[in-house]
Amino acid sequence: MSAEIYSELRWLPKAPEDFRKRCEAAAASDTPGSSLRLLAGHGLDENQLTRLARTLAKLRTEARDLSPLAPLKLGIVSNSTSDFLIPTIVASGLRHGLAIECVAGHYDQVVQSALDPSSDINRAGCDAVLIAVDLHGLPLSLADLGNAEAATAQVEKAVGYIQSIAQGFRTHGKAASLVQTLARPPELLFGNMERTVPGSIAWLVDHFNRRLAETLAKGDLLLDVAGMAETVGLANWLDPTLWNLAKVPFSGNYLPFYGDQVGRLLGALRGKSRRTLIMDLDNTLWHGVIGDDGLKGIVIGQGDATGEAHLELQQGAMALRERGVVLAVSSKNDDDVARGPFRDHPDMLLREEHLAVFQANWNDKATNIAAISKELSLGIDAMTFIDDNPFERNFVRESLPTVAVPELPEDPALYARTLFAGGYFEALAFSDEDRGRADFYRDNARRLELQEQAGDLEGYLRSLEMEITFQPFEPVGRARIAQLIGKSNQFNLTTRRYTEAQVEAMENDPDLFTLQVRLKDRFSDNGMISVIIGRKTGEDWEIDTWLMSCRVLGRRVENAVLREVIDIARSKGARKLIGRYIPTERNGMVRDHYEKLDFTPVSTLESGESAWEIPTDYDVTIPIPMSVVRLG
Amino acid sequence: MASSDEAIMEKLGDIFIDVFDDDEIALTLETTASDVDGWDSLTHIRLMLTVERAFGAKFSATEIGKLKNIGDLVALIRQHGG
Repeated sequence: MSAEIYSELRWLPKAPEDFRKRCEAAAASDTPGSSLRLLAGHGLDENQLTRLARTLAKLRTEARDLSPLAPLKLGIVSNSTSDFLIPTIVASGLRHGLAIECVAGHYDQVVQSALDPSSDINRAGCDAVLIAVDLHGLPLSLADLGNAEAATAQVEKAVGYIQSIAQGFRTHGKAASLVQTLARPPELLFGNMERTVPGSIAWLVDHFNRRLAETLAKGDLLLDVAGMAETVGLANWLDPTLWNLAKVPFSGNYLPFYGDQVGRLLGALRGKSRRTLIMDLDNTLWHGVIGDDGLKGIVIGQGDATGEAHLELQQGAMALRERGVVLAVSSKNDDDVARGPFRDHPDMLLREEHLAVFQANWNDKATNIAAISKELSLGIDAMTFIDDNPFERNFVRESLPTVAVPELPEDPALYARTLFAGGYFEALAFSDEDRGRADFYRDNARRLELQEQAGDLEGYLRSLEMEITFQPFEPVGRARIAQLIGKSNQFNLTTRRYTEAQVEAMENDPDLFTLQVRLKDRFSDNGMISVIIGRKTGEDWEIDTWLMSCRVLGRRVENAVLREVIDIARSKGARKLIGRYIPTERNGMVRDHYEKLDFTPVSTLESGESAWEIPTDYDVTIPIPMSVVRLG
Repeated sequence: MASSDEAIMEKLGDIFIDVFDDDEIALTLETTASDVDGWDSLTHIRLMLTVERAFGAKFSATEIGKLKNIGDLVALIRQHGG
């Protein structure tokens, strides 16, 4: 059921197993504010949110320093039970950089709280007040069915009721108000003709919501409960049993969702909304890997289900740009290769002119994102980063914890939906300045030089719990081996193409050693990512084929493979291992591969082809943070 | 597939630790709300919501109103196929 994206906050990583321990650790740390914020950045349920809120309350009574969280005092008045709203709002506020303190009005004393200058809320110095009033708490009834004039007057009276409450808090409490739109019950008295009948519930709710938005006072905020309810489904939102039991205004399943919405809105109030979307390219903005598949191989739209999904994400990015969100690219690719689709692919929606910065290089993404933030003069906490690769997502989360990195599902069809579900770009206004911002940054996708490194790659690699598996060629892996041999272009030392029949023949050839290499880590199983073929030449062994998926660059896989290949060659009695680089248009990135692995150059031809060698007693000393499994 | 009472009790034990933020709660079939610190009407709602979600069940107001002790809750869960 797709409402689970919202009930489980699926744009956030799952809560850690040891959540309770982490709460205690966060409270005990030197920077509890930051620690709690990090912890809140997971998809928590209402019990976990309650625990987090309790932890914050305890820190407050101990007068601990909560920086860099921004303090915010929120009053809450409601005609329904607000007790459940408080912990979810407080804990969700942490996620948005806020230390919220709630002041609850007395049950169902909404008007009194507002109009009495000496009410608890008005005397508390609140920054904002949440007027959580639902349909049950408004003077709307079925008394004027079919009477447009009277029904309109009803709506005006109900809207006026809310606005006078907001006015009360503004005047007596010096506080902004969060006013709620109404969720209507799923039952339609008139069935399909309900909306044509003035004074019906749906008619009243529609008009109330519209008038509420139209009459919103400057400085007040709209909390779109109607939008939330429609998104998850009216039948899911309202829970009659829960209302009857305890006057809880909506289903408990959506407490985390509601809390996050309030957190976002208050975050926007404190200027914490995101301003930039940084996008990965391969398998994020298009289906495929541009370096390996080329312009003809990647798919964007074109009537292909997966291609259409990626195009939808591009459409979402374009729409955000219309709103004034700045777009940038961070991709692990050669710069000119990455720009190819933007320049030459007919189905691309995004072009270079839509991007403020275009970072395509082989450096880590945290360093690139930090550079983008500096260039745009927008804080790191104004960045949102979208990438299909969990390795990249988690590295950026760990290196730059204030960058928003939505968790993405397996299915690209849900990428756009998940990005928007995250609500990273909540705003309080839309001005001409916003509309024009995109053009202000229209600097033709500049490329930045990178200075300082951001992020601890060594530590991250160790934390990944990588497992590499080596296995000679055999029938089960044959098709995938042939596929990699056929389509790898970038990280391919010799680009020798073999058919599946030839690969099969290699399985039993005594003059060859073969390896299919797989890589798994804590976040995902990358499957087969490298293929090696070694050939006996005299007393030595030569590496006929060494190819690898670019997706696992920078993880010491090359070093692990070298160590394995040297061991195998030595065990076969070879004294030297020989490597060859045959240049093509696409494999420039591995020109220095053997040099980097400490091979000695033997010869270089005019064509650019080079031969290298290394003794088989060579010790690979660089740390290789992975466990090794050998099969077959 | 219905579980044994022990399996339900074990799962309830974890739920109570979560909802009441207390590792020390020892549940028996006779445990009532007055036996557990902090088990008021609000926590009761939170408890019911968590139990419903954990066992994939939905209880009516009447069913919830009839619960006197943990034994009743276990029976209710079993009745709903938990």
